[in-house]
Amino acid sequence: MKILVGVKRVVDYAVKVRVQNNTVDLKNIKMSLNPFCEIAVEEAVRLKEQKVADEVVAMTIGPKQATETLRTALAMGADRAIHIMTDLRTDYMELQPFAVSQIFQKIVEEEKSDLVLLGKQGIDSDCGQTGPMLAGLLDWPQITFAANIETDGTSMTVERETDSGTETIKIPQLPAVVTCDLRLNEPRYATLPNIMKAKKKKVDTRVAEDMGIDLSPRNQVLEVFEPAPRKEGIMVEDIDSLIDKLKNEAGVIA
Amino acid sequence: LFVAKPHLTNVFTGDSRQKKYNGDASIVARPQTTGEVSRILKYCNEKRIGVVPQAGNTGLCGGSIPIAKEVILSVECLNEIEYFDSISGILGVQAGCVLQDLQNYAAAKNHLVPIDLGAKGTCQIGGNVSTNAGGSYYYRYGSLRGNVLGLEVVLANGDVLNLGYNPSHLKDNTGYDLKSLFIGSEGTLGIVTKVAILCPRLPRSKCAAFLSCQNFEQVTKILQMAKMQLGEILAAFEFMDDGVLSIVKEKVALPLSEMYPYCILIETHGSEEDHDREKIERFLTNTMEDGIVLDGVLAQSLSQVEDFWKIRESCNPCVAEEGFVYKYDISLPVNDFPLFIEDIRNKIPPEKALRTCNYGHVIDGNLHCNIVELGNFKVDLELSKSLEETVLESVIKRGGSISAEHGLGQYKHIHLPRIRDSATLSSMYAIKQQFDPKGIMNPGKYLPPQMSSE
Repeated sequence: MKILVGVKRVVDYAVKVRVQNNTVDLKNIKMSLNPFCEIAVEEAVRLKEQKVADEVVAMTIGPKQATETLRTALAMGADRAIHIMTDLRTDYMELQPFAVSQIFQKIVEEEKSDLVLLGKQGIDSDCGQTGPMLAGLLDWPQITFAANIETDGTSMTVERETDSGTETIKIPQLPAVVTCDLRLNEPRYATLPNIMKAKKKKVDTRVAEDMGIDLSPRNQVLEVFEPAPRKEGIMVEDIDSLIDKLKNEAGVIA
Repeated sequence: LFVAKPHLTNVFTGDSRQKKYNGDASIVARPQTTGEVSRILKYCNEKRIGVVPQAGNTGLCGGSIPIAKEVILSVECLNEIEYFDSISGILGVQAGCVLQDLQNYAAAKNHLVPIDLGAKGTCQIGGNVSTNAGGSYYYRYGSLRGNVLGLEVVLANGDVLNLGYNPSHLKDNTGYDLKSLFIGSEGTLGIVTKVAILCPRLPRSKCAAFLSCQNFEQVTKILQMAKMQLGEILAAFEFMDDGVLSIVKEKVALPLSEMYPYCILIETHGSEEDHDREKIERFLTNTMEDGIVLDGVLAQSLSQVEDFWKIRESCNPCVAEEGFVYKYDISLPVNDFPLFIEDIRNKIPPEKALRTCNYGHVIDGNLHCNIVELGNFKVDLELSKSLEETVLESVIKRGGSISAEHGLGQYKHIHLPRIRDSATLSSMYAIKQQFDPKGIMNPGKYLPPQMSSE
């Protein structure tokens, strides 16, 4: 079974972003592997360790520096990588999910992948659309928000997290697209020996603009602004004032 | 202003982090302004009432715990940030500001408070200054003695002194540097009410590695290689042995799957991610190729950097949860660490369930040696005496310090006559007499009771 894992280079989870000129300011900001993609890589590597998969290919779409993201995936155990180069902003400002999923579709068809593992969403755009769109383009089954995956390489049973509980879905026959959620696994650290080994692993480079796909955005971003700051709490003198405020200001009691 | 209820005073009289010391007090004063601090001290001075200054109460030598029902004077209500200059980096704050709050404030302004310790969520800057707190960034950003540009202090008689708490300039050579006396004197000369501290810029690139090696000689080698090859980006270098990690791993996940005799945490601060990464990877490759590093991980995100620090910062609290801890905080030449550890090991009775846990800021030659009696929270006084004697002997003969950063408090001060010559000690007593003639400031601590006349 060949697995294609999507890995996205995003603003590091711990960074507090700032808005500048109606867009998120990315200058000199720490970028890292999207946490949900990290979980997808971990799952793919585990499937290879269980001998269910025989090859894990990591793919990213991004600028020159995105090779760092691929190197993390390779250090975690991916066998080789594909870097689709583009200088377009990948945080929804320029490159958007429809174009991204078309790029994935092309690569999946070339690679003849049996399973595509993606993070459920990028923490920059929070779209969660690439997985479902890709499945639609490929006409493959899709399971999103996977919290547990069991497969023998042919069929697959996935538990997915929903707001109302866990749903178990069985796919009788691969291929499929699965997007990964937080509880699926605990990603491993990149150990030094593996980081060194990763340097020797193959990375194929392509240019996004040369792939014959319309990369222009489908949606126009009108405005980007920071959420209003949380209002400070106030102290009240007694229970009556508290009830008064809850009733007449906050409007949370009748 | 005053809190007199016993159940509320427990928070102030108990030793929050170790549960080792317990004092007794019936009054906790929580002044809101320097003026109130002054009035309280003036009153206590007139009536000869002992005062225990208290900030975050996270000290490890019982320095902020009352001994004989002294009045606790807590600075926790003096918690305003007064001034910040983004060009010079000078931050002017009141003594009761929690360190982590200051770190967050400085970070939002692209700056860094130059100290960082595990207790940051609770400790307050007035306490940090009064104990000359060390922490993990001592190597990179220097000690508080260098970074504190000014203080406002209140003396026992109520006098308020402005010792350079003037946040407009850095360099000032006008008169005796009195503020130095208040840094590290643990509230025995007066109370610190305001601190002006110099903050460096927040590093644009922060990275960390968690490494393992076979023995302490290799720790020393890695340290030297790090200083040379990481050079200006090296910010912190900590070590932990398997004694402490075997306890920590029950509570906090370790990044390496196997247990190694020694682990090292390295953090780098720099201005360019690519440049720093290249340097770190080259350094790590060298250590692995030389066979000095057995295994290790390199943080791939800021979250992973935090994960590594969580391990190091959990050492103290995790060990404290296992039993009574015989705790030693010493300075030694790094090459002498194994000799010291051997001296201690030889004194441990094999029939007791004692585990030695060694960790600390090895780059500063600072070792935290903790011996915990697993499953037993009662102190064995004889063992305590014998271990302490061994520690003293072993450290003194090697020219080290018996308290690198934890201070003296009510626990280590009795050893002063052994490590300080009599002329130095006399000078210290003279200074105490000058600033606190009635002896109301943190009595029974810091300086041992004088043997001679009185």
